Amino acid sequence: MNIIVCISNVPDTTTRIKYKPGNKDVDYTGVQWIINPWDELALTRAIELKEAGTVKKITVITVAKADAEPTIRKALASGADEAIRVDASPVDAWNTALNLAEALKNEQFDLVICGVESSDYNNWSVGGMLAEMLRIPSVSAVTSLQIENSKPIITREVDGGRQQVSIKLPGLLIVQKGIAIVPRIPSMRGIMSARTKPLKVVTGVSGESLIEIVDYEAPPQKSSCKIIDSENLEMLAELLHTEARVI
Amino acid sequence: MSVLVYIEPREGKFNKSAFELISYGYTIADATKSKLHVLVAGEASREAVAELGHYGASEIRHLNKTQHLDDSVSSNMVAGLAEIINAGIIIMPHNLTGRAIAPRLAVKLKAGYASAVIGIPVSYEPFTVIKKAFSGKSITKQVVKTSVKIVTLSQNTFGVIENVVQPVIEDFNFTETSHSIEVLSTDVQTGKVLLTEAEIIVSGGRGMRGPENWKPLEDLAEVLGAATACSRPVSDEGWRPHHEHVGQTGKVVAPTLYFALGISGAIQHLAGINSSKVIVAVNKDPEAPIFSAADYGVVGDLQIILPRMTEVFRKYKSGI
Ligand SMILES: Cc1cc2nc3c(=O)[nH]c(=O)nc-3n(C[C@H](O)[C@H](O)[C@H](O)COP(=O)(O)OP(=O)(O)OC[C@H]3O[C@@H](n4cnc5c(N)ncnc54)[C@H](O)[C@@H]3O)c2cc1C
Repeated sequence: MNIIVCISNVPDTTTRIKYKPGNKDVDYTGVQWIINPWDELALTRAIELKEAGTVKKITVITVAKADAEPTIRKALASGADEAIRVDASPVDAWNTALNLAEALKNEQFDLVICGVESSDYNNWSVGGMLAEMLRIPSVSAVTSLQIENSKPIITREVDGGRQQVSIKLPGLLIVQKGIAIVPRIPSMRGIMSARTKPLKVVTGVSGESLIEIVDYEAPPQKSSCKIIDSENLEMLAELLHTEARVI
Repeated sequence: MSVLVYIEPREGKFNKSAFELISYGYTIADATKSKLHVLVAGEASREAVAELGHYGASEIRHLNKTQHLDDSVSSNMVAGLAEIINAGIIIMPHNLTGRAIAPRLAVKLKAGYASAVIGIPVSYEPFTVIKKAFSGKSITKQVVKTSVKIVTLSQNTFGVIENVVQPVIEDFNFTETSHSIEVLSTDVQTGKVLLTEAEIIVSGGRGMRGPENWKPLEDLAEVLGAATACSRPVSDEGWRPHHEHVGQTGKVVAPTLYFALGISGAIQHLAGINSSKVIVAVNKDPEAPIFSAADYGVVGDLQIILPRMTEVFRKYKSGI
């Protein structure tokens, strides 16, 4: 089985977000870049399945300019076999999905895996859009993937519980934590071999967007915390009732 | 042009977030001088559906069976109705169903999709919504440029508004057949407060010291009618199930009251809770970063404080 893992190159989760003058763009100077945490878990699971012998080849794909290559190399170092970079600056989720879909039309695959969201724009969009553009079935909120006799056995979260399903291939999975727990970190050998693994660059499609961000601002500051004496917890109940009005 | 709201009952009933979504749809339809249509997908009694009229649902189509198996098929169903009623704005909940269906629907209709929108649009021309980015570290204004627009609403960001109307309820027929997805088993607990819909959440971190200490936390949750949650290391260690994991890589929650017990307040945890109305933190370390995110704090050892706190709330609830 051949698996494609879509990866997003995102600022480290501890990054302080700054803006360029005019607040229409994020100022990325000095930012550390990482593989989007969910994509990293998706890749980790793909690597585990490859080690178990049920997956033959793992290809990672990202839509980004050349400055994302360290992140792609990291994915290769962790255990992906090949990488594709679609050379474009994604302008919204739809445009990202469109670039991925165009590039994937020329690839052979059984399963595409996307993370549920990207930690930068938190849109929960690309996976479902990509599946629709490729006209393949998708399963969302996936928390586990097994492969038995070439058939994927998938657990998805549904409101209030979970469901086990199988999907006709080729298909797309939109995965969250549970698919793997601890992300795979590249080994020294992995880092060495990543240098020679194939990284294909393909041309992107139109820069059309359906959504445009016109303004960024910092979230409102919280007022300071009231400390309650641990010997007087009645005060906490009282304040939650009379002041905060939440109980 | 019309506005279409999609909702699903849970266990035959509608909860506050469904009423919020209808109120939201009503307000937007009113502001854009459009007609509000509601699609209810799932089993519910006629009385339960009629209650949606309190919030302005005048025209309701009801698919009276449990479905949502194949997101492709479900999005086809919504797309079909959207075309019939000439929907210009489609509103869905930002729950697991909405998140699964809306992106596919967006491609089907070539509609701009804004997910997890906060409150009412700030402008209709151009259609501009507010939405968080960078896991709560930024608030953005986003313009949806297409003629058909899809939004999922973040819960508790608009509120429930009464607008009593007499609803017309029509049966909606749609038979879902999937040739690509097969359900092998389903395990859904009934009567459970969903974390993402809970008004109060009691959440524990590594400071709880181990899974054997969760009973007092569950007791507090029970007294308050709250859902339980945890930090990432707690679920990574297997002390609690993954579906309770809150934060950057887990669930984003927006309760009115969130208890962070033995949680240090790492930025990735805060990413999941920064929409909570009120946060109460208990931590033995007065310097813990959680106190800068909390509204009320108690400094001390949970082993002692937690049982005491439960007793205080128990008495409070019984009015003593
Ligand atoms: C990419 C990435 C994504 C992440 N995503 C998430 C996420 O989604 N959710 C998440 O939670 N974390 C996430 N993390 C991890 C995060 O950085 C923190 O490590 C984690 O939140 C810490 O969990 P904690 O607060 O339970 O534990 P700790 O940081 O160990 O804190 C335990 C706290 O308990 C207090 N304590 C100890 N004993 C007691 C006692 N007896 N009584 C009272 N207080 C006590 C301590 O003072 C301390 O403040 C992520 C990290 C990364 C790198």
